[in-house]
Amino acid sequence: MGMSFQTVMSQVMLGLNNGVFYAILSLGLAVIFGLLNIVNFVHGALYMLGAYVALLGFTMLGPLLGRPDFHLNYWAALIVAPLVVGALGVLIEKTMLRRLRKFDHLYGLLLTFGLALIIQGVFTNYFNVSGDAYDGKPEVLSGVVDLGFMLFPKYRVWVIGISLVVCFSTWFVIERTKLGSYLRAGTENPELVKAFGINVPLMITLTYGFGVGLAAFAGVLAAPIYSVSPVMGSEMIITVFAVVVIGGMGSIMGSILTGLLLGMVEGFTKVVYAPASGTVIFLIMVIVLLVKPAGLFGKEA
Amino acid sequence: MKSLYSSAALSASLLLATAGFAAPPKETISDGVVKIGVLTDMSGVYSTLGGKGTQVGVEMAVKDFGGKVLGKPIVVIGADHQNKADIASAKAREWFDNEKVDMITGLLNSGCALAVQKLGGDKHRITMNTGAASTELTNGAWTPYSIHYVYDTYALGKVTGQAVVQTGGKSWFFITADYAFGQSLEGNTALFVKKLGGKVVGSVRHPLSSADFSSYLLQAQASGAQIIGLANAGGDTINAIKQAREFGIGQKGQKLVGLLIFDTDIKSLGLNVAQGMQFTSGFYWDRDNATRAFSKRFFDIHKAMPTMDQAGAYSATMNYLKAITAAGTDDPDAVMAKLKSMDISDFFAVNGKIRVDGRMVHDMYLMEVKKPSDSKGEWDLLKIVKTVSGDEAFMPLSESTCPAVKK
Repeated sequence: MGMSFQTVMSQVMLGLNNGVFYAILSLGLAVIFGLLNIVNFVHGALYMLGAYVALLGFTMLGPLLGRPDFHLNYWAALIVAPLVVGALGVLIEKTMLRRLRKFDHLYGLLLTFGLALIIQGVFTNYFNVSGDAYDGKPEVLSGVVDLGFMLFPKYRVWVIGISLVVCFSTWFVIERTKLGSYLRAGTENPELVKAFGINVPLMITLTYGFGVGLAAFAGVLAAPIYSVSPVMGSEMIITVFAVVVIGGMGSIMGSILTGLLLGMVEGFTKVVYAPASGTVIFLIMVIVLLVKPAGLFGKEA
Repeated sequence: MKSLYSSAALSASLLLATAGFAAPPKETISDGVVKIGVLTDMSGVYSTLGGKGTQVGVEMAVKDFGGKVLGKPIVVIGADHQNKADIASAKAREWFDNEKVDMITGLLNSGCALAVQKLGGDKHRITMNTGAASTELTNGAWTPYSIHYVYDTYALGKVTGQAVVQTGGKSWFFITADYAFGQSLEGNTALFVKKLGGKVVGSVRHPLSSADFSSYLLQAQASGAQIIGLANAGGDTINAIKQAREFGIGQKGQKLVGLLIFDTDIKSLGLNVAQGMQFTSGFYWDRDNATRAFSKRFFDIHKAMPTMDQAGAYSATMNYLKAITAAGTDDPDAVMAKLKSMDISDFFAVNGKIRVDGRMVHDMYLMEVKKPSDSKGEWDLLKIVKTVSGDEAFMPLSESTCPAVKK
């Protein structure tokens, strides 16, 4: 297939569209790993949960409250889903992850992986594995816009825009503000930061809640594009982990840029040789690990 | 250790087999029980269209039959093969060797189906496939004990392909799942498209269970083909159709054609998105009074209308039990002989017969998704556009490469 300007530009847009999902999910993982030292395998399940909050809020919440015509609309879901899932994250951190803090990474990984399997299993039991359609996409985001080189769905333009805003704001808060410096200091030397009168355990709990809240946010964004299904998270999470590894564990900006970049690489693979599109990211991961084991943006230990 | 165990098991089963030969043929039901195993995708991408619903179908058939055959009890067991051929094969081996399972049905996923069918052939046990699609099952992979009951890629490709080409869809672009099933479906469909004077302008192969199809769809759009053929299934088809709509593809000029679609996929997509699509099916719950009566009963248990796989599993089980009664034994050779000589006729199979290659030939249906305004209920999804006789829909024996077909 010839690579006209039009083809290249459309693939850039599509790649960017997938890339922002990778970016926003790997950002959450990076924040959690950077500040809590936990490899958060439950991230994909919580992304799925975010999508389900949107879906069920739209379809079932009204009837449940005895008001059948009430729908939790899309905009509300964008706020409610991260809060609900964030609260669940706080609960997970306070009751489970906290106890594992002094052990090896591996224990946190196993625990969160187990949680992911449980959450996914429960949802598989109650919901359609091939997915349910989310019909709550706002009217204003329906239809397509003409970008000159292609017709692009308005909704996807919105997804790209809002995701970039969220990603870079998060980066700014953590790397450039006083709050962020507390967070970073808290992981380097919790005792010292405590001595300054800062409640480090609370800070860590909230960080975890924020990280998984990002996953839920991405889940709501994904709901109108993909089918909402119990396995949507487990399909995503493996790729996202590869993104985190390529970017460098714990690097905030690294995870954002790598996510965007790999989304585009994957997009181009779909044009050049589609059957490889499922593996290209892992191929890159292998190469990066061989050449630069700390990842593209990671600091060498 | 493991090999020691399995060789011990093997010699034990050999001993049993010789004992069986030595015993007088009076014992009509082996082991005093007829055991039916439902081995299929119970939790993955295909579990909505098969899964527990397939087991429900089998259990209903056993209950309707009276729970006993030739005075011996009938037992149904189920297991999840997780869409992995090695798990399917190991489970089937355990069932045949230790659990005395006489017949395995379900078997969604062509990869799993091929593995279990081969094992069934080696062990002289019957497999009645209701889920998988590959035509290989009745050709190169045929065994004397294999039956392919519901549909296959040949029938899907032929009925849908012809219908589309005859209404003007001459140039095709395929979006194909990159494994045995997808390739077989694309190949079979392309054959009929070309035979009728159409042409294939391109295709793209995507990995199984892809979330994002927009890139493939844009390639299909750029190809200028009139028809975008989706040679995939389940979640992949659903995502492709949803996203095509998002990009405005398939609404003017180009048309999207799903080559394997189940009622449950339409349910998941919603009529709004899927309306007007045509595809081929071996069964529709709302076809006549008999299908409706069965489906209502099925719905009461499973809370969803049966797909062709699930209804087919009922019919396969029922006819298997009838064949045992007619043969007066559950001996696989005798039962297979009966199955291949009797008429298969019930709410599911119209004008059905099982050919020498194991293909159950029956009427197939060209379906169309209803407009939302024409739908009168939650499951009022489709209408039958055309009934195609089995002999016309399925691969004729003259084209078969099955070793049992004499040329």
